[in-house]
Amino acid sequence: METLITLLVGVLVTIAVYLLLSRNMIRVILGTAILSHAIHLLILTMGGLKKGGVPLIGDEPADYTDALPQALILTAIVISFAVTAFLLVLAYRTYKETGSDNLDTLRGVNDE
Amino acid sequence: MMNNFLVLPMVAPLLTGIILIFLRSNVMLQRILALVSIVLTAGAGVYILERIQLEGILRLDFGGWMPPYGILFVADSFSTLLVLTSSIVTGIVLLYSFASTARAEEKMFYYPFIFFLLAGVNGSFLTGDIFNLFVCFEVMLLSSYALITLGGRKVQLVESIKYISINVLSSWFFLLAIAYLYGTVGTLNMAHLSVRVAEVGQGPLLTVISLIFLIVFSLKAGLLLYFWLPGSYSAPPTAVAALFGALLTKVGIYAMFRVFTLIFYHEPEVTNTLIGVMAILTMIGGSIGALAFQDIRQIVSYNVIISVGFILIGLVVSTDAAFQGAVYYLIHDMISKALLFLLAGTMIYLTGKAKIAEMSGLIRNYPMIGWLFFITMLAIAGIPPLSGFIGKVLIGQGAIEAKAYVLLGVGFLSSIFVLYSLLRIFLNSFWGETIISEDDERPLKKGMAVPVLLLGVLLVVLGFGPEMLAPYVSDAANTLANPEIYIEAVMNGKD
Repeated sequence: METLITLLVGVLVTIAVYLLLSRNMIRVILGTAILSHAIHLLILTMGGLKKGGVPLIGDEPADYTDALPQALILTAIVISFAVTAFLLVLAYRTYKETGSDNLDTLRGVNDE
Repeated sequence: MMNNFLVLPMVAPLLTGIILIFLRSNVMLQRILALVSIVLTAGAGVYILERIQLEGILRLDFGGWMPPYGILFVADSFSTLLVLTSSIVTGIVLLYSFASTARAEEKMFYYPFIFFLLAGVNGSFLTGDIFNLFVCFEVMLLSSYALITLGGRKVQLVESIKYISINVLSSWFFLLAIAYLYGTVGTLNMAHLSVRVAEVGQGPLLTVISLIFLIVFSLKAGLLLYFWLPGSYSAPPTAVAALFGALLTKVGIYAMFRVFTLIFYHEPEVTNTLIGVMAILTMIGGSIGALAFQDIRQIVSYNVIISVGFILIGLVVSTDAAFQGAVYYLIHDMISKALLFLLAGTMIYLTGKAKIAEMSGLIRNYPMIGWLFFITMLAIAGIPPLSGFIGKVLIGQGAIEAKAYVLLGVGFLSSIFVLYSLLRIFLNSFWGETIISEDDERPLKKGMAVPVLLLGVLLVVLGFGPEMLAPYVSDAANTLANPEIYIEAVMNGKD
């Protein structure tokens, strides 16, 4: 299972890199979103997928699943959500100001 | 034991920021509250620093979870000195922004974002947990995203897209490194990480992970990977640019010192050599950039880059003297870069021009700004008895002890380039015939002159009286050189 998820992470990163390297601003933002999904899956895999019971006091299974990666991912998801939302608004504003969503035309703008 | 005050440098700005959001329309009240809060934050910094001298490294386990299980704050002299300096610098920059920021922006949550930024910066300095470090970085970065776009000029929007994209990528690398590290050694507490890494030995796998951390922090600090920095730092308004130049890169440098002295110190041939090469290239690239541009803001931004390379010489040679020098220089650099950005911004405000060739004879119109610029230039170049001197001497001494002559040579050559690049501004803009007639002369606002003067006084005081800081700095360097002190305080310290 871990191997499969790792492969999936690899596929997601590939797609994300492809999107990040394009010139369209929206594609770049989608690329960053997919990139963050990939890393969340990786953190989950790194902690080991379901290895035992729920880590609650009271139940006494032989083995617990590590709950920490989930806490980490939760934090990371919130952050990447905020950044993506900010980036989308920023892209929209930039498009309205400059009339372009092509990153090539947005290079090295000289202050008027 | 009550160590709860340790959280103050992060929580005080955070709460102030939240309160200020609700006081949006009342700018006067926002300013007063902001000043009160910043004084409180700096006061907490002083208090913590004194407590550390009495009781050793302090820690606060949130929720009573003992290390290594909980999240914790750890305050040693190094981090607290930086907390104190950043609070003071932020306070003075706040004073400047009272005069320089447009009313409309003050109402658009300018002050709350400054405080969130400070909360992130102080949190990054104090945290003892590597994932928490990531979170504090993000708090800092998100506020910086908002601040860089505030005002919405075209150049700000365009530059911020690049700034945010590159930071999202580096945050991704940060998470990647944390994921690998957690998968390998199974802990996130920095002291515990250090113990575990020492136990299993820093093999090739862990060294590779450490290099991923190096990529992350180099991107944040502008070590070699500084291509995004000059553009982003010249786009925002003066006060914001000053905060960025003073604080943001320093957090990256701090993280690099922390990680490579505490956790990954077993393979210096790989990591330190690489950092050394990167530092040399940074200083060379920064020097070329500082000489190549005509725009003052660009020149000043490249000066930030040169100093990043210089401070990291201290990490590369890793002797006690070099660590002391690096700490002195970090403090000096925060103050002097804030001052330099404020001076550059003031010049642009006064003349309406940004290129050095378009200004001339400013010292006749504004003698105070001219002389302050001169003093800052000397301080940054490291001329005694100003504040850059002691740091440069100690880093140089460390480099000689470690026989790192190439680093030494490039480091001191870069000082000459720094001097030359700033001298170019001074000669072009301050000397020569004045081209502003007395009628056109724009008056220098008192609200701008006072903060700049305060920073200048700080530079001189720091230069004449480094003994005041000496006990704290030597304690900071001692902890950096002997990671077991830090580990002992976190893992076995009484609570």
